[in-house]
Amino acid sequence: MPRELLKGNEAMAEAAIRVGLEAYFGYPITPQTEILEWMARRMPELGRVFVQAESELGAVNMVYGAACTGARVMSSSSSPGVSLMMEGLSYIAGTELPVVLIDIMRGGPGLGNIAPSQGDYNQMVHGGGHGDYHPIVLAPATVQEAVDLTVEAFDLAEKYRNLVFVVADGNVGQIMEPAELPALREVKRATPEWALTGAEGRERRFLSSIYIDPVYEEVTNKRLQERWLDIQKNEVRFREYYLEDADLVVVGFGTAGRIALSAVRAARAEGIRAGLLRPVALSPYPYAAIDELAKRASAFLVVEMNAGQMLEDVQRAVAGRVPVDFYGRMGGMVPFPDEILDEIRRVARDPRALADPRVDWLKRLEKVLPH
Amino acid sequence: MAATEQLVYERPHSLSETPNSYCPGCTHGVAHHLIAEVLDELNLRERTIGVAPVGCSVFAYNYFNMDFAEAAHGRAPAMATGLKRVQPGRIVFTYQGDGDLASIGMGEIVHAAGRGELITVIFINNANYGMTGGQMAPTTLPGQKTTSSPYGRDVETTGYPIRMAELLATLEGAAYVVRRSLHDPKNIRLAKKALRTAFEAQVRGLGFSMVELLSTCPTNWGLTPLEALKWLEQNMLPAYPLGDYKVAPALASARP
Repeated sequence: MPRELLKGNEAMAEAAIRVGLEAYFGYPITPQTEILEWMARRMPELGRVFVQAESELGAVNMVYGAACTGARVMSSSSSPGVSLMMEGLSYIAGTELPVVLIDIMRGGPGLGNIAPSQGDYNQMVHGGGHGDYHPIVLAPATVQEAVDLTVEAFDLAEKYRNLVFVVADGNVGQIMEPAELPALREVKRATPEWALTGAEGRERRFLSSIYIDPVYEEVTNKRLQERWLDIQKNEVRFREYYLEDADLVVVGFGTAGRIALSAVRAARAEGIRAGLLRPVALSPYPYAAIDELAKRASAFLVVEMNAGQMLEDVQRAVAGRVPVDFYGRMGGMVPFPDEILDEIRRVARDPRALADPRVDWLKRLEKVLPH
Repeated sequence: MAATEQLVYERPHSLSETPNSYCPGCTHGVAHHLIAEVLDELNLRERTIGVAPVGCSVFAYNYFNMDFAEAAHGRAPAMATGLKRVQPGRIVFTYQGDGDLASIGMGEIVHAAGRGELITVIFINNANYGMTGGQMAPTTLPGQKTTSSPYGRDVETTGYPIRMAELLATLEGAAYVVRRSLHDPKNIRLAKKALRTAFEAQVRGLGFSMVELLSTCPTNWGLTPLEALKWLEQNMLPAYPLGDYKVAPALASARP
């Protein structure tokens, strides 16, 4: 297919359609509304299902019902809307259904704003809903990657009967870049042995997240955990840049990772041996890759558009062997490459083992904030 | 002369063999039976997918012999919307209590009706939360004592009963919205007819349908089954008048 100039949100919506999305249920919220609008126009045109739900709560439960039939279904939202969906997501996880959700993250907490953020890391990666479940979380940094990961999301969801979140900050949703879409595929309804299609000539089936006898709930939990072990083994995804000889490892995902790459290149030009690890899957997390890097690098710098949510996963992998420093912007603010370059210079010059790098970070942030 | 056997009644095929967990004297069993008989008579069992709620009927999926999904509390109409939209040729119904439908699920039910979703809703109104032990519901009567209105429901602080059939009947997406009662044989027969019409409305694609069924909860009301039937008749009928609140013209002409 030719490369086209595409807006992130619209590219993700069209990518989902082209790989056989059968039904979309959503609710308007900035900065993801273009996904809903694209679906509203395209899905009926193709004879497929589009429903604008009464709320994100309605949308996630419509997705839950539609997924019970084996159909390829999805929803999309942004941070506050995703918070509202958490009930349904836990139920979907407990019922072991394949569902894809795109989260175009915005500034928070609360109503926050509509600027790009990565503040949903914890609620998406470490589970915002109740109970023990692990979604697969994919984090694109470009429009092309957003297209590719959306396509992959459906295959992963169906392979593992698992939730898959494509988590992009508002920047990836709103930016326009050249990207290549997949070819349009026919809808092909899978007919898994669990699908609710009407008990015509067969035993009845039911789909539920209820196991009233705790013993069977534990059996189910064990199955979920074993599946998660498989996913951890098979589905770690990350990109490495200049890491072969890197002394200072920068870790960042999505837009923060992309901006950090510019800063790493500038640092290289100054002779600083910096490299970048950009997790593409946030869940499962590339702990092993970071563990390896911690054996040869002398310091880490984590860069995020939040207050250090992924930082804690990097700290866990590094396990105190070398200093892990942090720089983040919060509440919808996006760092400039120069800010990150300054941080790289600082850490390269004086790597310090700090119990909590966020204490000093907040002091440094003081200087750039309005008074 | 050989005796000829004539089958006058059998257990509906739409019911499973699983013994139910409802309290003695509770009318859930009657409601289940009526739905099963109607689905048998309309030959819909193999085409039907039910959605169970959270409440006493949380295990409804065990008692019906057909495909079933189990929804989150109040969300059955949204789940049913998803099931129906991707399988328009299937019959989808929800079975919900008053806490589920009229309290936590108020948003989902109103919008499913508003959109004219082609689903059928069976709404069990027994004026309290049964499963959790008899708390006040939106349908609890003024002055009625429950475990969370121990001095009787005070309308000054807790408001008034919500009449769902009347409320949903105002929506153009609704094709058939009626209230029936399960307190005596005559009304049980009328309830069955209404259930049949509700499913027919769905089969014919006329719009959203709901049958509200006034039901008893002897355990939480603290009454014997017979006293409970009497209590329903004396107290619930005046507050929740039986009747047809919305009947699409296509249904009215078919059923004089």
